[in-house]
Amino acid sequence: MAGYSIQIRNLTKRYGSTEVLRNINLTIKEGEFVGLVGKSGCGKSTLLRIVSALTRSSGGSIQIDGREALEIDPEVRFLFQDARLLPWKTVLENVILGSPERNKEKALQALQAVDLEDRKNFWPSDLSGGQRQRVSLARALVGTPRVLLLDEPLSALDALTRINMQRLIEKLWQEWRFTVVLVTHDVSEAVYLADRVILIENGEIGLDEKIKLARPRLKNNDSAYYEGKILDRILKPQQPELIQYTI
Amino acid sequence: MEKSTSPTCSSSVSENRGWYIKKKFIPVVWKNASNLALAWLIPVGLLLIWGYLSASGNLNQLFPTPRELVQTTVRLISDGTLFDNLRISLIRAAGGLAIGGVIGFVLGVLTGQFETADTILNTPIQMIKSVPRLAVLPLILIWFGIGETAKVVLIALSTFFPVYLNTFHGIRSINPELIEMGKVYGFSSWEMFKHITFPGAISSIMIGVRQSLGSTWLILIVAETIAAKSGIGYMATNAREYMMMDVIVLSMILYALLGMVSDRIAVSITKRLLQWDPNYRRS
Repeated sequence: MAGYSIQIRNLTKRYGSTEVLRNINLTIKEGEFVGLVGKSGCGKSTLLRIVSALTRSSGGSIQIDGREALEIDPEVRFLFQDARLLPWKTVLENVILGSPERNKEKALQALQAVDLEDRKNFWPSDLSGGQRQRVSLARALVGTPRVLLLDEPLSALDALTRINMQRLIEKLWQEWRFTVVLVTHDVSEAVYLADRVILIENGEIGLDEKIKLARPRLKNNDSAYYEGKILDRILKPQQPELIQYTI
Repeated sequence: MEKSTSPTCSSSVSENRGWYIKKKFIPVVWKNASNLALAWLIPVGLLLIWGYLSASGNLNQLFPTPRELVQTTVRLISDGTLFDNLRISLIRAAGGLAIGGVIGFVLGVLTGQFETADTILNTPIQMIKSVPRLAVLPLILIWFGIGETAKVVLIALSTFFPVYLNTFHGIRSINPELIEMGKVYGFSSWEMFKHITFPGAISSIMIGVRQSLGSTWLILIVAETIAAKSGIGYMATNAREYMMMDVIVLSMILYALLGMVSDRIAVSITKRLLQWDPNYRRS
């Protein structure tokens, strides 16, 4: 089972007179792991929300698996920055809600995949932040999605938990082969996880870099090369008239 | 758990641990018993003062002695009057509260979920709420007579509003991020209500129920005092005619107990429904 491809054509998004995304063209292959990086307010989260149909675009088109993406697709799952578990449902009940047919067996399997079966009867309030985010990952996986959209899901976690989650996401992606778009402000996280890192700058694609590193990824000189290259580009001084985009 | 001051230097760690273990071994039963004692400190204290005043002959004729009160209670229990009146009062309170609560809940859900319903219903609801309940009493007596319907209607009228307002507020203050999560997972509007809106509003709704309980007893007393031939309120009014101070005081005590017990029941239901919330799990 492979992931779906995503084609983005001439995509624009305006909030009032502010143009957040300008003429984005991007093709993501089936099963590809893409990292979207950029300064805060550059439009990377907006792009992800438009792909998931949570936000409407102002122009252009998005095709997922060749079909126009106008409504929320059950094959496309979205992981938010916070876990967004229902506090009044147990871990297992939360995960069950992720499966369109409300299947308990599948929910247990998904919990097993994130190594939290033993917490299935806990309330979300009894879990740590990292565990909550793992439950939320299990809930996204239980419907066997073809596309997983990750909106900075690790940014609120501590450093060690984050490394664990990165490994878990990489492992699950290798097993399930869904397409992943990861929005992150952490360039080294993007280089560690993604096949391809795309830099969004002032609502446009500033850089599209293939990460040609073997998996499992290691932190070494090669990854440092990519990190340095992308960071240099992000941090390079901007022309004054372009700095106004801060949304 | 127990709040312990954290050790300020490493040498006190072991001491602190010893203290913690010792503290943990104090039986829970003892803690519960001491809480119970504290809760009843003031009522029992008042009872003792009353007993003292009566024994020392300082009570005048307008106040019954504890002995009279106990005798009356025993008499009213044995001839069945007490339970008959208690039963009818409880039925009226429960019926009125159930009807008012359901109406308030349904209205709150409608106005909380749908803007149009809010626009249409809010003004009339606020107007009805602003008319003092006792001002409506003559109207209700004329319409429904002094039968059971009048009392139930009166209670329903005064209990629907707190439930309505708190349901509305609970639904409106649901975290929009959870609603968005529901959308991503393709929830139908019924699922959205069942899994997100309703459970999220429960703590608010239960506050409304507790407020309504307060007005239930208040209105019941008035209704039974003015227009009834049974019930605790009637018992008290009837006793006033004959200056039976012991029965009047007994009725007051019964109201106090009914109010307390019903609130306790509401609190324990709330705790049960909200066991997922760490704020309700402390005790």
